[in-house]
Amino acid sequence: MKYQSALEIIGPVMVGPSSSHTAGAARIGRIARQVLGETPKKAVFHLMGSFAETYQGHGTDVALLAGVLGYGPDSEQVPFAKERAVEAGLDYAFRRANLGYFHPNTVAVELTGESRSLHMIASSIGGGKVEVQELDGLPLKFGAERPTLILYHTDVRGFLAQVSHELDSHGYNIARLALERWRKDGPAVTVCEVDEPVDDALLNLLRERIPALREIRLVQPD
Amino acid sequence: MAFAQLHALIQQAQARGTTIAQLMLETEQQQTGRSPEEILARMRQHFDVMEEAVRRGISEPVRSRTGLTGGDAYRMFQYVQNGAAFADPATLRVVAYALAVSEVNASMGRIVATPTAGAAGILPAVLVYALDTGRYAREQVVQALLTAAAIGLVIANSASISGAAGGCQAEVGSATAMAAGALVELAGGTPEQVGHAVGLALKNVLGLVCDPVGGLVEIPCIIRNGLHAWTAIAAAEMALAGVRSVIPADEVIQVMHEIGKEMPVSLRETGLGGLAATPTGKRLREQVFGRAATAAPQAVTEAGAGDAVTAEATEGAS
Repeated sequence: MKYQSALEIIGPVMVGPSSSHTAGAARIGRIARQVLGETPKKAVFHLMGSFAETYQGHGTDVALLAGVLGYGPDSEQVPFAKERAVEAGLDYAFRRANLGYFHPNTVAVELTGESRSLHMIASSIGGGKVEVQELDGLPLKFGAERPTLILYHTDVRGFLAQVSHELDSHGYNIARLALERWRKDGPAVTVCEVDEPVDDALLNLLRERIPALREIRLVQPD
Repeated sequence: MAFAQLHALIQQAQARGTTIAQLMLETEQQQTGRSPEEILARMRQHFDVMEEAVRRGISEPVRSRTGLTGGDAYRMFQYVQNGAAFADPATLRVVAYALAVSEVNASMGRIVATPTAGAAGILPAVLVYALDTGRYAREQVVQALLTAAAIGLVIANSASISGAAGGCQAEVGSATAMAAGALVELAGGTPEQVGHAVGLALKNVLGLVCDPVGGLVEIPCIIRNGLHAWTAIAAAEMALAGVRSVIPADEVIQVMHEIGKEMPVSLRETGLGGLAATPTGKRLREQVFGRAATAAPQAVTEAGAGDAVTAEATEGAS
């Protein structure tokens, strides 16, 4: 079944006007912010397809910006995101781009913070549902409908076994999992969606117990 | 249970002597692990947002972000209040209510997608109208959201709720069917009558194309929400009177899907055909997008880092 929950039909609560061009855009911005894991100083949005054609009329621009500032699709701050960005000292730009073969509503987000930066490509696939397509050039897909762990680690044997052991022994069920690496034995990223609510205690526990884990970020559903 | 066939839901509700809303509540509980109380609390919150949008849109003229539309809900509500209407003024309010939510949506105000933002006016309009009659407790109206959800899930899973995939019939049509069925169950109709209301409502929107001017959720979306709220009430009343949908609801849903697939791309939310392609539609598109779309197609379209952007930030945020 494509749709399973009553809340997919009666929802989401969102500011208008479009679930794909506004609510989805805010979700994408907020995912990028959470993966960055710190206050962004600069945000550049490369818009393609229908996003590029109609972004002003649908408020796609302010929605993306609001998301990057940490607001959700239902925040009444969305229409005022440009003002909020100025207050927060966030530099931003919107550009048209041809990102290649993706869904028509796709954006590449470049986000820069104090200590790190991020390049993420994501699509708004309808009704406010979104799907990340690439993270820092790696083909990692996730929708952030569930708590999602982004694990930056070294590619070593047994890494996934350790992760799944820790998650299982603390009552977590893995709903979706992907691992990509830049090179063998080199840096790698694992994206892991779980069914149960996640808090900082779990993140600290994983940091403590898994030596190959370098950094961990958490993307929470809205 | 799987929500893909309305007749299966109706049969099960009949066999167990319960409502479609109750089946939805039980299934939601199994799917999400949430308690019935949590699920109803979420539905209550969503209904509050719906009602807020209705009340706001009728109490002041709300302009869209682009400036193309707005103020019609307020206009309509004033007209109804003045008492010169042909139809029963109390019932006619439902049109103003649906316009209100769709205008709030176009102004970037807060709404609930039911099932989408483009069709978000219809279900709140009929349910707030039902609440206003004073015949139903708020809690009953909240329960009716579950009836609507069940109908929407069936349509989404066996056909489509996306204008890009199935035309306006899939968005406004689905919302009209959800609203009609929800009203029937709220009024104490049988599960079978809910099915007839869905069939009757949906038949009346078959073939409706998605042709928004400039690709924006404004013209004709707002007006279609207003008029179809009225249709939803009429379909519910017909089903409650005992009128049957001779073609069963599931077959109507199936044919809606087939008609949607046969629609040309220009009439499926691309803003290229239908009303969008009329001389006025094209002119309005240019009015909104003209400069940015033609002046610098591949260059930087907008950048901001300081005071330069603040004036624009407040634009259209009425």
